[in-house]
Amino acid sequence: MNLVTNNKWIGQRTIRPDGMDKVTGRAQFAADTTMPGMIWGKVLRSPHPHARIKSIDTSKAEKLPGVKAVVTAKDIVDFTIEKGAVMLGIQDMRWMCRNVMARDKALFPGHPVAAVAATSEAIAAEACQLIEVDYEVLPWSIEIDDAIKPDAAILHEFNKFEGKPSNIAGRLEHKKGDLAEGFKKADIVIERTFTTRPVHQGYIEPHACLISVAPDGKTTIWSSSQGQFMVRAMTSMLTGIPQSDIRAIPAEIGGGFGGKTIVYLEPLATMLAKKSGRPVKMVMTREEVMRATGPTSGSKSTVKIGATKDGKITAAHGTFYLQAGAFPGSPIRGAAGCSFTPYDIPNLLSEGYDVVSNRSKVAAYRAPGAPIGAYAVECVMDEVAEALKMDPLDFRLKNAAKEGTKAAHGPVFPRIGFIETLEAAKNSDHYKAPLGKLQGRGVASGFWFNAGGESSAQVNITEDGNVVVTTGHPDIGGSRAGIANICAELLGIDYKRVSVIIGDTQTIGFSNLTGGSRVLFASSIVVTQSTEKIITTLRERAAKIWEIDPEAVKWEQGAAHPVSPNAGQFEPLTLKELAEKAPAMGGPIGAGVQLNTTGADGGFGTHVCDVEVDVDLGIARVTRYTAVQDVGRAIHPGYVEGQLQGGVAQGIGWALNEEYIYTKEGKVDNPGFLDYRMPVCSDLPMLDCIMVEVPNPKHPQGVKGVGEVPLVPVMAAVANAIYNALGKRFYALPMSPPKVLEVLEAPTQQAAE
Amino acid sequence: MAKVHVTTTINGEPMEFLCEPSDTMLDALRGPLALTGSKEGCASGDCGACSITLDDQLVCSCLVLAVESQGHEIRTIEGMANGEKLHPLQQKFLEMAALQCGICTSGMLMASDALLKRSPDPSEEEVRFWLAGNLCRCTGYDKIVRAVMDTAAEMRAQ
Repeated sequence: MNLVTNNKWIGQRTIRPDGMDKVTGRAQFAADTTMPGMIWGKVLRSPHPHARIKSIDTSKAEKLPGVKAVVTAKDIVDFTIEKGAVMLGIQDMRWMCRNVMARDKALFPGHPVAAVAATSEAIAAEACQLIEVDYEVLPWSIEIDDAIKPDAAILHEFNKFEGKPSNIAGRLEHKKGDLAEGFKKADIVIERTFTTRPVHQGYIEPHACLISVAPDGKTTIWSSSQGQFMVRAMTSMLTGIPQSDIRAIPAEIGGGFGGKTIVYLEPLATMLAKKSGRPVKMVMTREEVMRATGPTSGSKSTVKIGATKDGKITAAHGTFYLQAGAFPGSPIRGAAGCSFTPYDIPNLLSEGYDVVSNRSKVAAYRAPGAPIGAYAVECVMDEVAEALKMDPLDFRLKNAAKEGTKAAHGPVFPRIGFIETLEAAKNSDHYKAPLGKLQGRGVASGFWFNAGGESSAQVNITEDGNVVVTTGHPDIGGSRAGIANICAELLGIDYKRVSVIIGDTQTIGFSNLTGGSRVLFASSIVVTQSTEKIITTLRERAAKIWEIDPEAVKWEQGAAHPVSPNAGQFEPLTLKELAEKAPAMGGPIGAGVQLNTTGADGGFGTHVCDVEVDVDLGIARVTRYTAVQDVGRAIHPGYVEGQLQGGVAQGIGWALNEEYIYTKEGKVDNPGFLDYRMPVCSDLPMLDCIMVEVPNPKHPQGVKGVGEVPLVPVMAAVANAIYNALGKRFYALPMSPPKVLEVLEAPTQQAAE
Repeated sequence: MAKVHVTTTINGEPMEFLCEPSDTMLDALRGPLALTGSKEGCASGDCGACSITLDDQLVCSCLVLAVESQGHEIRTIEGMANGEKLHPLQQKFLEMAALQCGICTSGMLMASDALLKRSPDPSEEEVRFWLAGNLCRCTGYDKIVRAVMDTAAEMRAQ
C-alpha cells in the first residue's frame, strides 16, 4: 500500500475539467453533432406486446421521395438460438440481435421492426408508416405472477424450466449453513412478501447517435454511452464490420445510471449509413426511451428472517423474482447476492429467479437488483428489530458484517467500514432529532459488490511541460476531476496543468464499461502506474544531466531533486525544464498502462430518512435525509457527495412515485416525464452526507466505488419511516398518494408467524 | 410548404433563419442557428433542459414555435457569459459541483438566472419551486439549490 498523505490535491474540491464546457453550453452531447450530407433515421416499432412477424413489406417506404435506405432484421447479424450463447460482458448477443431489431417475433410494444433513413426526420417518420407488417398477435404476459402461472403465454418456446417451456429463464442461489436448523434456533421469525414496479433510469439525454460509413467500411460512430468499446464491439458483432474499422467516439453523456450499457440505435444507424452511403443521425424521442429502453425489473420478493431474543440473526431466506423484460438477464445476481450481505448470517439461502415478460428488455440500473432485494430485506429487518424491542441500528450493529465475515456469495471481507456507517448514523444529529406528529424516521443499510476490470490510460508530458491524461471510460459523474486530482498529486504540480480527456476506441486501449462503480477505482490504478513510470523517466533524465545515479534523485513538488546533499548539490530540475530538454535526452516523455484491475472492495451504506405524511392527501414527503457511506477515500468530495445525493434522489422517486403503468392492451401508459413522475426540486429536502473513509488497502489511493451503494438502502429507509409515522406497513412500491390512502383506509397487515 | 423567414435577436445579435412553420424554437436553435447548448430531453415542456428567455420571460423553447421569435429577443445559455467572464451562477455551479452529467445544466442556469432577476433574495422553498420545472437526475438538486442561494447572496453583497 502506498497511500499518499499530506495531500495537496487529493480530497480537494477542484473545478472539474469538463465543467467550463457544461456551464456555457459548449459541451457536445450525442445529439449535438452534425456531418456534411447527414440524413435522419427513424425506427418503426411494434404496437403489440407479443406478435409473430409473418412478413414485412418495405417497398412503399423505399419509393417515397427522400428515402435513402431501409433496414430490417435481415440486415442485422443473426446469432441463432441453436448455436448457444455468445457473450459480450453480461450480454448474450442472441438476445441483443433480437432486441435491436425484432427477428421472428415482436416481444414488447416499442420493439423495433424496421428502420428508415431519409433526407429529413419527417420523411423518415412518414416512410415508417408506409411499411406493411403482417403480425399474428399472440397472448402476452407482463406481470411476474402472470408470466409464471402454469398457462402463461410463453415468450420463448425454446426456454425450458424444470423440463417445461417457461418464462423462468434462470435461477441462482447463494447458500450458507443449514436453513432449517437456523430457523429452529430463532425465537422470532418474520416472513413478508413485497412487490416493486419497473422504474426507468430516467437520464435526461435520450439515446442518440451519428454514424458515417465510408465505401471501404471504415465507420465512425459518434454517440453517448457508458462505454465506447461496448458500442464498438456490439456494433461490430451486429453488423459484421471488424472492430478495427469502427472508431467509436464517446460524446459527453447526459446521464446513464446503467441504462446506456447496451446499444439500441448504433447497429441500425450503421446499416442505414452503409446502405445509403450517407452519415445517419438517429435521436430517440422521450416516448421511445420510455417504451423501448431500460427500465429495471419489477419484482416480487419474499424474505424471512429469524433471530434470537437477544437480537442475533440465526437464519434468513430470500426469494427474489425479477422481471427481465423480453429477453433473459434480469439482475438476480445483485438481488440475491447483495441483499443480506451487510449481515453475518450463519444460515442463509438467497434465491433469484429471472422471469421474461412482454416488456422492454431490462437494462442495468445503479447497483442492478440490489435495491430491489434490499428493500425487502431491510423492511423485514425493521420489523424484526421492532418485535425484539431493539433500536434498528443496534439490531444491525449486533449482526453487522466485518473483517473476516464470509459473505454467502463467496468473499471473506477484508477491513470494511460497515460498522462505522452504522455508528456514524447513530451518532448523527439527525438520528437524535425530535419528530413531530405524523412524522416518522426510518433507517436501512445496503451493499454493492463494486467492480474492477479492464482499464487503459496514457499519460503524456507535453513539450511545454504540462500533462495530458487519456483514459477510456466515459465520465458520467466527475471521474475526470478525480483523475486530475490524483495525477497532479503524484506529479506535485497544479491540477490545472493536467488535462484529462476520454479517448475514442482507436486512440486508447480497451477499457470496460463505465459501470459497477468501477471507473475511478480502475482508471486511477492505471493512471497512477503510468504516472509512476513517467516519474521514473524524469528521475533518470535528471540523473543523467547531473551525472549521478537515478536512485540518488527524488521527485518532489513537480521537480527532480538530489535525495540528499551527499548525492550532490544541484538546483532542482522542474517538469517544464525536463520536458524542454526531452528531445536531446531520449525523446518524448509518456507512459501507458493497460490492466485488468482487481481489489475493488464492496461498498456499504446506512441511511436515515424522515418523512411527514399528509393523511388527507396520502402524500408522504421526505423532510430530512442523511446518507452515510464508507467511501474508501474521497478523491473529490464534491462529486462523492454528488453520487450519494443523486442515488438518494432516485431512490426517493422509486419509493414514492415512479412506476410503469400499463394499459389493458399491455402498453406503457405513462411514457413521459409528466406522468412518469421523477422527483423535482420541490419534492426533496437537502440531502446530507456523512462520508466515512476506510481506505481500500488494495488501491494506491484507497479508492472504493461509491456510485451505486447510495441507491440500495433508500426505498426501505423511506418505507420504514412511513411505518414509523403511521404505524402501518407498506409491502408494495411505489408508496404513491393513492396507495397510501388505500392502506390508510383499509389496513391489512401480514401476520407474524 | 415553403420555409418561413424569421428575423429575431439572439443573445443581443440580430439573426435571421429559415424554418418550417411547425418547427419549435428549440428546433431552430439546435438546427439552422447551431446553438446546441439548449437540450431536448422531452419535447413536451416537462424537463426544462431547453429553457431560454423570450423577451426576458423564461420559457421552454420546445413549447414555443420558431416563428414566434419574429421581432422578439431570445436569450440562450450561449449568451450567459460575457466573453471570457462567466456569470456568477456559472462560476458558482463549477465551484460547488452543482452539475454532474451536465445535460440539465444549461436549462438550470437559464432558469436560475431568471429567478434571481425577479427575486434577488429567494428562500430555499422559492428556489425549489421555481426550479421544479427543470429535471436533474444526477444531483438530487442539493448542490444546485445551494449554488443558486449562494450566488444570490454574493450578488446582493456586490
